[in-house]
Amino acid sequence: MRALTWHGRHDVRVDTVPDPEIVNPRDAIIKVTSTAICGSDLHLYDGYIPTMRAGDILGHENMGEVVEVGSKSTLKVGQRVVIPFTISCGSCFHCSKQQYSACDNSNPATTSDMSETLYGYPMGGAFGYAHLTGGYAGGQAEYLRVPYSDVGPVVIPDGLEDDQVLFLSDILPTGWMGAVNAEIEQGDTVAVWGCGPVGLFAIQSAFQLGAHRVIAIDHYPRRLQLAKQMGAEILDFREVDVRDALFEMTGGIGPDACIECVGMETHGLGIDNLADHAKVWLKLGTDRPAAFRQAILSCRKGGRVSVPGVYGGMMDKFPIGAFMEKGLTMKTGQTHVQKYTRQLLEMIQEGKLDTTWFISHHASLEDGPDMYRHWHDEQDSYTKIVLKPGLAKGEVKAKQEKQHEPA
Amino acid sequence: MAPFMLNDEDDERNGSVERALIGAAAVAATAGLAYLVARTLGGGGGDKAPISDAPPSALRRGYKPSDALVSRTVTIARPARELYDFWRRFENLAGFMDNVKSVETLDDKRSRWTIAAPGGTEIQFVSRITEDQPGRVIAWESEEDAPVRNSGRVEFLDAAPGRGTMVRATVDYDPPFGTLGRGVAKLLQREPNVQARRDLRRFKQLMETGEITSSASPSGRRSEEPTRQYL
Repeated sequence: MRALTWHGRHDVRVDTVPDPEIVNPRDAIIKVTSTAICGSDLHLYDGYIPTMRAGDILGHENMGEVVEVGSKSTLKVGQRVVIPFTISCGSCFHCSKQQYSACDNSNPATTSDMSETLYGYPMGGAFGYAHLTGGYAGGQAEYLRVPYSDVGPVVIPDGLEDDQVLFLSDILPTGWMGAVNAEIEQGDTVAVWGCGPVGLFAIQSAFQLGAHRVIAIDHYPRRLQLAKQMGAEILDFREVDVRDALFEMTGGIGPDACIECVGMETHGLGIDNLADHAKVWLKLGTDRPAAFRQAILSCRKGGRVSVPGVYGGMMDKFPIGAFMEKGLTMKTGQTHVQKYTRQLLEMIQEGKLDTTWFISHHASLEDGPDMYRHWHDEQDSYTKIVLKPGLAKGEVKAKQEKQHEPA
Repeated sequence: MAPFMLNDEDDERNGSVERALIGAAAVAATAGLAYLVARTLGGGGGDKAPISDAPPSALRRGYKPSDALVSRTVTIARPARELYDFWRRFENLAGFMDNVKSVETLDDKRSRWTIAAPGGTEIQFVSRITEDQPGRVIAWESEEDAPVRNSGRVEFLDAAPGRGTMVRATVDYDPPFGTLGRGVAKLLQREPNVQARRDLRRFKQLMETGEITSSASPSGRRSEEPTRQYL
């Protein structure tokens, strides 16, 4: 089959590789119909995530049609399914608490050593995201092996397009969990850092969960425009001092909850971010957490900080004084996708969530390497790219931006 | 005079402070060095009595009864008796223990183990059960002529209500060529600590999910097959 493979920093290629096979009884194989490029794929593309091996297949936002099942799979050939990016066994302690991304069994025994050494306990498994999370092939390919297929995949009812449901795999539940973790109360003002797809979903989710106002922060005009369409007030951090602006806009109280959807590769001109850039360049540091610091410093006393943004290593100058003295609560974590998919699928069917409006491009798998370059270099105009293995090379469709009607 | 420049009139006192500091530093350095030497030469076999409620393998040198003691605990969401029963049929162990090629039951107490050793070789020994409490404990010891003398026990301890069983496997062994052999085995990832950790993870996977997790999948690496686990 054809598959998009990683070969090093800023080097992805489309290769011919063997087809996946059923390995364990609970496996299934799907023929991929849609697979998106995620913001966190850029961390791999930029070479920030350790334990990648040349030849790894990328892609963790996948859906397709079941073509083969193992003897213990509950799926049926022909079903359309969305595949959560987290691989979860469904029977360990963590899965029983619905902490699916913390699954204790889905990272193979040998690859578990790395994250146990780094983080104290092994990470759960995930598709297409380095060997720290198991070394599973991703779905930016024609076919994908899905382990524990009786736990993760969401069977999609007829009448729903791929674009409507694809993001149940990652970014929709990630934005949703970001808002849930912010413990939003009626009347709250919620500030959201980063208007990429996760941030945009966090904005929608915050309103669904009762936020009175949402203030969105970014510097890409088009992304801020999308945030505005969702009903958010917007701040371009090149134009304003974000902390001053939030203080003034909230009447000196500050946002009740802050959702940080940026992660380890923050943009921005602050002196701390420039210093972080230098440290990363010198290999003295791994993460650039300027947005994270700003969220903690901006949050109101007794407020909540929710962090769906991805981090990998150590952080310098965590504002622990502000965090403690203001009595903040922080929640974070990889998304427990399976916990939210059923509820979110219902909300999509009821028209409560619009999941398609920010998709900017459809492209063939063969055009994947070009799409990675655009996604990396032109974040203003490429707001979300969906690869479709069914399309022919060169068949790139820029989607007309759809005007969003708030639900 | 660098760090303690007081003022000119205090020169004499200043000098004595400095000498006292240098003396104190020298004493501290000597004590530290002596401690390090003692630690390095001291080896295992600690004689200090620990007060911590931790299993012996978690103790630091000086407290740990033996350097060769390896132990690992894993919580498995299944009843103790079921886990004991599976383990007690020693033939099953080859299914999740990487180094165990096969186990053959000889009689009630004795079984013959075939183990993969560093360098692609195999060793065999006969193991004898020394303690057997159904649902609780299995302990064993290699017979006298084993090439690698070893003994071990696996305990099945009730976790908090509703949380299954804590399985603690402990192995004490005499590595061939002593400490050097242990170092080589570690490099080859055949070291018992690494093996115990991975074997118990596989045991947990098998007992909780019914299969041993594998990330075997296709890749752009031409030498690899999509049905095998490589890392």
